[in-house]
Amino acid sequence: MQKSKKRQQIFQKVKDAKREQLIPLLQEIQETEGYISPDAVKELGQVLKIPASKIYGVATFYNQFRFKPIGKFHIQVCRGTACHVRGSANVMQTLEQEFNLKPGETTRDGLFSLEVVACLGACGLAPVVSINGEFHANMSGPKLVKLLRKLQRKETQKN
Amino acid sequence: MFTLEVNGRKIEARNGETILDVLNRAGVKVPTLCHMKELFPSGACRVCSVEVEGFNTLIPSCAYPAQEGMVIKTNSPRVIKARKTIIELLLANHVQDCLYCVRNGDCELQELAAVYGVRERRFPAEPEKRPIDVSSPSIIRDQNKCILCGKCVRTCEEIMGVSAIDFVHRGSKTIIAPAFEAKLNVSSCINCGQCVLVCPTGALRERSYLKEVTDALQNPNKFVVVQHAPAVSVTISEEFGLKPGKDVDRLLVNALRRLGFDRVFDTAFSADLTIMEEASELVERLQNGSQIPMMTSCSPGWIKYVEQFYPEFIPNISTCKSPQQMLGAVIKNIFAKEQGIAPENIFSVAIMPCTAKKFEAERPEFSANGYADIDAVLTTRELARLIRMYGIEFDSLEPQEPDSPFGTRTTAGKLFGGTGGVMEAALRTVYYMITGKEPQDLVFEEVRGLKGVREARVKIGDIELGVAVANGIKNAKALLEQIKAGRNDLHFIEVMTCPGGCIGGGGQPFNTDQNRVRARLQALYQIDQNEPLRASHQNPLVNELYEKYLERPLSHQSHKLLHTNYAERDVLV
Ligand code: SF4
Ligand code: SF4
Ligand code: SF4
Ligand code: FES
Repeated sequence: MQKSKKRQQIFQKVKDAKREQLIPLLQEIQETEGYISPDAVKELGQVLKIPASKIYGVATFYNQFRFKPIGKFHIQVCRGTACHVRGSANVMQTLEQEFNLKPGETTRDGLFSLEVVACLGACGLAPVVSINGEFHANMSGPKLVKLLRKLQRKETQKN
Repeated sequence: MFTLEVNGRKIEARNGETILDVLNRAGVKVPTLCHMKELFPSGACRVCSVEVEGFNTLIPSCAYPAQEGMVIKTNSPRVIKARKTIIELLLANHVQDCLYCVRNGDCELQELAAVYGVRERRFPAEPEKRPIDVSSPSIIRDQNKCILCGKCVRTCEEIMGVSAIDFVHRGSKTIIAPAFEAKLNVSSCINCGQCVLVCPTGALRERSYLKEVTDALQNPNKFVVVQHAPAVSVTISEEFGLKPGKDVDRLLVNALRRLGFDRVFDTAFSADLTIMEEASELVERLQNGSQIPMMTSCSPGWIKYVEQFYPEFIPNISTCKSPQQMLGAVIKNIFAKEQGIAPENIFSVAIMPCTAKKFEAERPEFSANGYADIDAVLTTRELARLIRMYGIEFDSLEPQEPDSPFGTRTTAGKLFGGTGGVMEAALRTVYYMITGKEPQDLVFEEVRGLKGVREARVKIGDIELGVAVANGIKNAKALLEQIKAGRNDLHFIEVMTCPGGCIGGGGQPFNTDQNRVRARLQALYQIDQNEPLRASHQNPLVNELYEKYLERPLSHQSHKLLHTNYAERDVLV
């Protein structure tokens, strides 16, 4: 498997990989694969001699890791101070209500995934949401729903 | 040795003791929730806090070393208030479910709430409802009742070496779960139930088959047969308030009859049968020099452990089914025919000290023609519940004899209940098989006791066997690693999953600790000392079974009924 090969390269970089390298290795896996898969945990566990439950336990302690592949449209909601003050919590709530989408998760159809970021560095546009890297300013719950529904329609038409 | 002061009383302390150790020895009771005697203190729950003069904060007594001249108060108003607050906080995040809870009346959290006089819900919170994991054939996990004491996690890791579960997420979202929050049945859990045994609440419990069993007992079309494992008769008395280490074998037989079982058999009978097969298998392997060391197969947690963590050792595992499954197969295939009962009308129950036996009974290897060899497994705890439910007063029971033909056992079969017992039983019979004589001394002292790993070199005729006994999977793991690294002086290894063997099994009465396990082990040794039939090959009814049906150990028929094979198992490890 292509993925597994890449992973082996990651593992090889750390000679006699030790437990201390767990977090950096997880980060690197996430960077190349987009998320931490059960397979990756299994292999990492074999290399570091750490049980899968421990790796998962450590990984969930930090907010930065995701365990489901990112969706076709990866949504980043900014939770920086400015965005928060201007209502980004409401955006997240709407996502959960309308799409059953929680931070770190991906919708069942694989279309949308949600990530909460500390600050996107565009406070002037608050509240700001990025979809596949593209910024959308002055976002609100209803506005985002409209946008996502549109994307959804386009996708179903494609199929 | 030095002295310190506790509640105004001078008390002797030894170097290296924690405050809690000292208090316990002096008969001062301090509550604990996360403390585990044999393991390093974690200091997670703080309910053991005491006041020490000169310290600003309260000190968790389980985690703090005793020091000369300390002035300790264990029940000052400040201490009592702190403990009560801790309990109230735990209850704030807890379902209010005592009436419906398996631990009602036997729950450490409930008891503390009662002792510290919690009379109202001081921190009303709506704890998030979490789904109950009922996926496992052995263990049910209800995170709504978890107080995050961490004992299950530590047991699974530090005693079993499995680490099927861990703390997941953080802060108020923290739960205990397998990797990826998968269900327990697809995790690396080996169903040992040691976590259930240490859990202070009802967050972990065995999957109960009481309903299936009582239904069968009421069903006039079912012929309900029961077998009880060697370790049950030396532990169940604790459920009825007797002191640990009392054997109530014959009372148990009576109780099972009163419950309505049509036949009461003894798993120690099939333990003798297992020894006949396993000893023959060992002799054969020694002759062929193949797949040595041979490893025992009667502990289902161990089997699953090897299947998923060390598949390369599967060929070393004896092909013998466990005594539970052997008797199950013999009942449905031979006994049924003999009695003229259709196998599907037999309901076969096993009383086991073990939660993994439930898993074992459900393995596809152990059914034939569409019906399982064993229909339901109850733990010692469940049987005690059933006895109470049926209003049977245990101490007023008269002793009764078990049924024929599978009620007769030797003490070798009985020894299966404790660590080292299978080894000792096997050695007695291997000796006889190789030399044609009984060994001079039937007791193999080196393999007795409770040490994690015990080894011996045993001379039999002109061969010398290297044998090892491990209890607690972590200890077995150490042995496997040695063999992997090239160690080759061992011929036969006994592994029991639980510390102490079945007498310390995950289905045994709560409050199982080392002292109790030791007393139970002594009870088994006592039985062995008192009775005349002490080697499996002397069991007249086992021999009769061979004469009438099985021919001889390892015969074609024996292989069909009494042996099996295992295969690698893919789980997230
Ligand atoms: S775990 Fe204990 S406190 Fe919680 S509901 Fe059960 S009996 Fe009550
Ligand atoms: S049953 Fe045994 S293996 Fe499974 S989680 Fe509990 S301690 Fe771990
Ligand atoms: S499941 Fe039981 S043993 Fe495990 S952390 Fe929760 S309360 Fe403690
Ligand atoms: S028992 Fe001491 S901190 Fe939990």
